Amino acid sequence: MTRRRRTVALAAVPVAFLLVFFAWPLAAILERSLLGEADGEGALDVLTRESTLEIAWFTLWQATVSTALTLLAALPLAWALARFRFRGRSLVEALVLVPFVLPTVVVATAFVALLPERVERSVWAIFLAHVFFNVAVVVRVVGSFWAGLDPKLGDAAATLGARPAQRHLRVTLPLLGPALASAASIVFLFCFTSFGVIVVLGGLRFATLESEIYNQAARLFDLRTAAVLALVQLCAVALTVLVSSALERRLGVRVRRGRTAMPPVGRDRVLVTVVVGLSTALLVLPPLALVLRSLRVGDGHGFAHFRSLAAETPALLVEPWHAILNSLVFASAAAVIALAVGIPAAVVVARGRSGVDALVMLPLGASAAMLGFGFLLAFDERPLDLRSSPAIVPVAQALVAIPFVVRALVPALRAADVRLREAAAVLGASPGRVRRELELPLLARPLAVAAGLAFAVALGEFGATVFVSRADWPTVPVAIFRFLGRPGESNVGTAMALCVVLMGLVAAVALLSERSLARRATG
Amino acid sequence: MSLTLDGVDVVLDGQPIVTDVSLEVAAGERLALLGPSGSGKSTILRVIAGLQPPTRGEVLLDGRDVTDVPPHRREIGLVFQDAVLFPHRDVAGNVGFGPRVTGVADGEREARVAEALALVGLAGSEHRDVATLSGGEAQRVALARALATRPRVLLLDEPLGALDGPLRFRLQSDLRALFEELSLTVVHVTHDVGEAFALGDRVAVLRAGRLAQLASPDELWARPADDWVARFLGLRNVVADGKRATVTRPEAVRVRPGGGAVVVSAERDGSVVRLVVRRDDGSELEGVSTDVAPPGKGDSVSVEIDPAGVVEVPVWHEQVSD
Repeated sequence: MTRRRRTVALAAVPVAFLLVFFAWPLAAILERSLLGEADGEGALDVLTRESTLEIAWFTLWQATVSTALTLLAALPLAWALARFRFRGRSLVEALVLVPFVLPTVVVATAFVALLPERVERSVWAIFLAHVFFNVAVVVRVVGSFWAGLDPKLGDAAATLGARPAQRHLRVTLPLLGPALASAASIVFLFCFTSFGVIVVLGGLRFATLESEIYNQAARLFDLRTAAVLALVQLCAVALTVLVSSALERRLGVRVRRGRTAMPPVGRDRVLVTVVVGLSTALLVLPPLALVLRSLRVGDGHGFAHFRSLAAETPALLVEPWHAILNSLVFASAAAVIALAVGIPAAVVVARGRSGVDALVMLPLGASAAMLGFGFLLAFDERPLDLRSSPAIVPVAQALVAIPFVVRALVPALRAADVRLREAAAVLGASPGRVRRELELPLLARPLAVAAGLAFAVALGEFGATVFVSRADWPTVPVAIFRFLGRPGESNVGTAMALCVVLMGLVAAVALLSERSLARRATG
Repeated sequence: MSLTLDGVDVVLDGQPIVTDVSLEVAAGERLALLGPSGSGKSTILRVIAGLQPPTRGEVLLDGRDVTDVPPHRREIGLVFQDAVLFPHRDVAGNVGFGPRVTGVADGEREARVAEALALVGLAGSEHRDVATLSGGEAQRVALARALATRPRVLLLDEPLGALDGPLRFRLQSDLRALFEELSLTVVHVTHDVGEAFALGDRVAVLRAGRLAQLASPDELWARPADDWVARFLGLRNVVADGKRATVTRPEAVRVRPGGGAVVVSAERDGSVVRLVVRRDDGSELEGVSTDVAPPGKGDSVSVEIDPAGVVEVPVWHEQVSD
């Protein structure tokens, strides 16, 4: 088979999977929103309802404010990490990534634990959780770009008479422009489609398009309204994705090691200390509060909430520990599916098929609740009735995880570039040997990272899972949500305990996937 | 090991990259492929290595046709312009890669790695991370990696192109010494005339995918094939007249104090001084002076030309057809 035909064959796997499990549910939403029942109101009526407009407006402005606050909070840290070398820098770098791998429900619950009750369910809590969650995006995207900028540019500006503030404003900021825009659009997208944070911290007072889809579909059983809202959501997301991918293309990829980093001196030293100190506090406090709260029993401390994981509860049909088991099983299955679909997709994308790239990235933009809702509509009847099958959960989770798998693999696949392969060939390595000696070792680490990422994403997946999981097969995030939705200290405590368990699992996965491949091949 | 290219054409996307190139490299001979960028010299190297199948023509090693032999079975070493070291392996892992994939036993492999590293002046660097190597060191490791396979022919693609200054000069003389010591058959691509003359027993000058001239450095300098080659080699006294051009080598231009000509510029180039002299008829001529007290700019001089250093060559016209 020629390379071209092999590429097409490889592409068939992800394309088929996405057609069935992404395009079809989406088509079901479209059908429901545009055609719908003859006697119901038209799509336009739903759109022009005052409540719809209010929700759309709130979605928009909370995402905008959250994005602005995230940039404000993250830029100083990005600067400190990109420009300076200091003790504990790699620890801070790792710490920044923690919120990003934490499940949204856990993040939201952590803020419930951290904030005083008055603020706990306010719009400020939502902002804070979004900032916490997205600082990683800005630090990574902007920081790596910033580290690649030649610091001599700033030096040149200094010799031309620019004060430090002017240097940042006139030289650094314009150069960072594309990276900033790209990071901002990603953060905006995440906040716009944020689900777990909104339903936990917003309660019934604050609704976004995403949470209202859930509210209408799962609580009020108004599938029609839910479908119309999903359509609005889809259009808004598509617009954001278009803008952000256009920006990203302009940005290009520049990953250079931060060789330019220097130990901070003088005024910079004070600034770096303050910035790193404050950022670390922001990153550490919520998870810490969560752990403390899970141990708080009445006025004392103890493990009662953890013990209650084995006890029957009115919040669930099963004991809470079943949820942990379910989550592990579902996430494993989801990771396998995500790799099976994501690896061929990544190979095709690395060979320059950007069409497939756009396709596999779609679920990321489509928002989790929309996927879950689409599943609900599409797979409730023949030919594919999965509603009563637990298999629907890992499939939904895999869909959310696939973009992460592809993103983790493509750079590595591209790095195993043609010339390395040629170098190996002229040294006497047969094509099979090239694959074994060169591509596999180069890919082993990204593969493990991709698998770990897929597993972690699936473990924490909430938006889609909450639609498709059956009451007798809850996952941990769903169980946490159910517990938080009930009054009483013991329910909150059990939710906190489940959060700590989930956090521990995610941390273990992250550590394992990093560790198992830290070994370098030698000899 | 001798190498023969017979009528090699390479056409990529409908564009002729290499056209009808035939050449022979004797066992132990060092050939430099010299040409401006885009002249097809790197493509010829890829054809020899088996990385680029020729559209037409044959590649022979010791008289055996290897045109259809894949690169990993050709036993040819190739050093890329920018090293292309495997990022996931240390220095020993890189240098030992060839012996390992071709099934050389462990002990023998280690010996070869140590030997190859010693040859390039990096003995004892086995366990260094390739990311920590400087440009010159990376290039030496790439060379050691190619040598460790005991190649029948060694190909070098602008091996010094990424380096500059004294490092480049030092590596160039190291390479020359090494090739002589190992009596390797070498094909070496460069766009630098000095490098080609320094490292090549013979030099193949390429122009737009075709062989313009193939000769020893001395012959090239004495009798360039046409005015284009003369100019490309850096000869400045080229006067074209219709279909013929007169080339006067600078060392044939003797400059003496006193006379009707004026020195326009004088630049020291190592042990000689390059002079540009304007004669009374307005024409300019390049010459060299090896005098202890050479003439300076603005001095009045007389010029005498040694007829042995003057040669008539055809004028080259770019062919539009075929």
